[in-house]
Amino acid sequence: MRQYRIPVTRIEGHGLITVHLGEDGRVREARFHVTEARGFERFCVGRTVWEMPALTARICGICPVSHLLCSAKAGDAILAVKIPRPAEKLRRLMNLGQIVQSHALSFFHLSSPDLLLGWDADPKVRNVFGVAAFDRKLALDGIRLRAFGQEIIEVLGGKRVHPAWAVPGGVNHPLTEEGRDRISAKLPEAMRIAQDALALYEEKMGDWTEEIEHFGKFPSLFMSLVAPDGSWEHYAGHIRFVDAERRVVQDELDPSRYREYIGEAVETWSYLKFPYYKPYGYPEGMYRVGPLARLNCCERFGTTLADEALRRFRAAAQGKAVTASFHYHYARLIEILAALEKIQELLADPEILSPRVRAEAGINELEGVGVHEAPRGTLFHHYWVDETGVIQRVNLIVSTGHNNLAMNRTVAQIAAHWLRGREITEGLLNRLEGGIRAYDPCLSCSVHAAGEMPLKVVLLGPDGETLAERMRGA
Amino acid sequence: MISLTIDGVRVQAEEGETVLQAAKRAGIRIPTLCHLEGLSPRGACRLCLVEVRNWGGRLVPSCATPVQEGMEIVANSPRLRELRRTILEMIFAERNHICAFCVSNGHCELQDLAMELGMDHVRFPYRWPLLPLDLSHEKYGIDHNRCVLCGRCVRACAEVEGAMTWGFSGRGIFTLVEADLGDPWGKSKTCTGCGKCVQACPTGALFEKGKATSEQMKRPEIILEVTERRPRA
Repeated sequence: MRQYRIPVTRIEGHGLITVHLGEDGRVREARFHVTEARGFERFCVGRTVWEMPALTARICGICPVSHLLCSAKAGDAILAVKIPRPAEKLRRLMNLGQIVQSHALSFFHLSSPDLLLGWDADPKVRNVFGVAAFDRKLALDGIRLRAFGQEIIEVLGGKRVHPAWAVPGGVNHPLTEEGRDRISAKLPEAMRIAQDALALYEEKMGDWTEEIEHFGKFPSLFMSLVAPDGSWEHYAGHIRFVDAERRVVQDELDPSRYREYIGEAVETWSYLKFPYYKPYGYPEGMYRVGPLARLNCCERFGTTLADEALRRFRAAAQGKAVTASFHYHYARLIEILAALEKIQELLADPEILSPRVRAEAGINELEGVGVHEAPRGTLFHHYWVDETGVIQRVNLIVSTGHNNLAMNRTVAQIAAHWLRGREITEGLLNRLEGGIRAYDPCLSCSVHAAGEMPLKVVLLGPDGETLAERMRGA
Repeated sequence: MISLTIDGVRVQAEEGETVLQAAKRAGIRIPTLCHLEGLSPRGACRLCLVEVRNWGGRLVPSCATPVQEGMEIVANSPRLRELRRTILEMIFAERNHICAFCVSNGHCELQDLAMELGMDHVRFPYRWPLLPLDLSHEKYGIDHNRCVLCGRCVRACAEVEGAMTWGFSGRGIFTLVEADLGDPWGKSKTCTGCGKCVQACPTGALFEKGKATSEQMKRPEIILEVTERRPRA
């Protein structure tokens, strides 16, 4: 009789890490399992292309805007329209708001307890309340910065979470003068918070040398969108791959033809697929996406403060790519600053108030791909429709997926460095968690902001026997 | 004139008026779903059930019951509230009413009723039927997942437009609203494309193509306006 082992913790945000030991007692490999199945690609089939933005936005409560915008872009492709310029600017504005709020959540609410209170601090205080007790101003700043990003989303879309605002062909209502002024008024404070946080990180960086060295520091490819002139991009542009030396491996790739250069492998032990760069094969074609990748791929931001920060970020790597995943945090803080500067530019543009925000059209293409940069990395929505606009097939590659191989490498590296004997210590558990958290994977979305991820770590011997287990959260 | 009481209030009504009309004039709210001013009564949804106290507490649909002398009507009571809520729950459980991405989210009579009747959850198991979506019409679409079988579209098409495109096929919970003899709507030879069925539909089952989530606003009141404007023979 054959037996099937099915993971049972199919609840959002549950992670399982298994560490496999070899005969010599050393870490042979480690796996980060995603044990949840959602089925969006299946149950979107049969719905209309016009409903897809709001439908796919429900994938996530932290990054609904990313799915909303990406889905609307796939819809634009199916309608075969170029959306009005003001609509593109408004979508950009919302995406920048999304980057600010999501990055602020990742840094202040989820990661700052580890960074500021230390990896071995008591789990009871290692949360955002602990940070508040340690540095009240910093905790409040974090909350305010996230609220600012969310306010942009609310002003544009009518609500903070799951606004159904972007539609195939544009957006469904323009920005009002009053709305613009509301955002503008709060921009200086947000800018001050972002600069303070960046300064704090740069000042404290020296304390985290060991973690920076072992939290996923390895050569890999990096992928992101870049603008036609090579500068940082989050909404349009083309795909670029760079290697660990920051040499451009491939450039000017058409995002809608992603299947020519991205393959998706499947492993039996995880519900999350393993995308890889096709020309290098699996698993050698491992690449990273997200803030770190965007900073490694682009030439510049094109804004003053962010470009200064980018120069400092690059200085340590001597012109090569920054390959330490720990610095996702660093990259995230620089991106907040860049996003705020770009928000300022957009708000100063009179066209942002234009009422021409939507192109109407019927079904003109039977296939459409939407690509943009979500806070966590490049997001792909690919739809196939019938002649009337009913969805026949859906393929989504979400940012957390791109980083799957790298996250596995990261947990293996952390386990190899911090595992002593056969005991899963609190310090190891925290660092494994922290290593994963650097990527800000979407599973943490569903997790409360108290800084604890329901996580299970299993230590396996050479024959697959369980040596130790440790569970937290749930 | 006929005298009756509704929730203890003395009401005068014309012969041939319904209990619902009498209640409305007296300012007493009775929830309705399949009823639409300007169309014939159908009594399909049972949300407007009222109790006739001096008929031994019998439950009758107020939209389809003519007033009678001396009737003592209970229009609002804990029992009726529970019954109406239960009926609503059964409607929700029968098909796939998922508001989150519905074109009518925020402008839906079914959703409004759920809020009015305090339906915070559904106590019946959802059936999750696999129902089709027809976007073959040039201007409009029909999503059977969101249909409550009120028949407002069928009546608007027959009684106001006179096209008689829409009809019912199947029985019970397997009933579907269908154009002509089950052809795709876009192939219908009788449909005039007037859109009265869409305006009459209380949910997102009938909608204008190109409308995204929450964008479909309906104007069911045009059915009455159209019939009142029409010259009488």
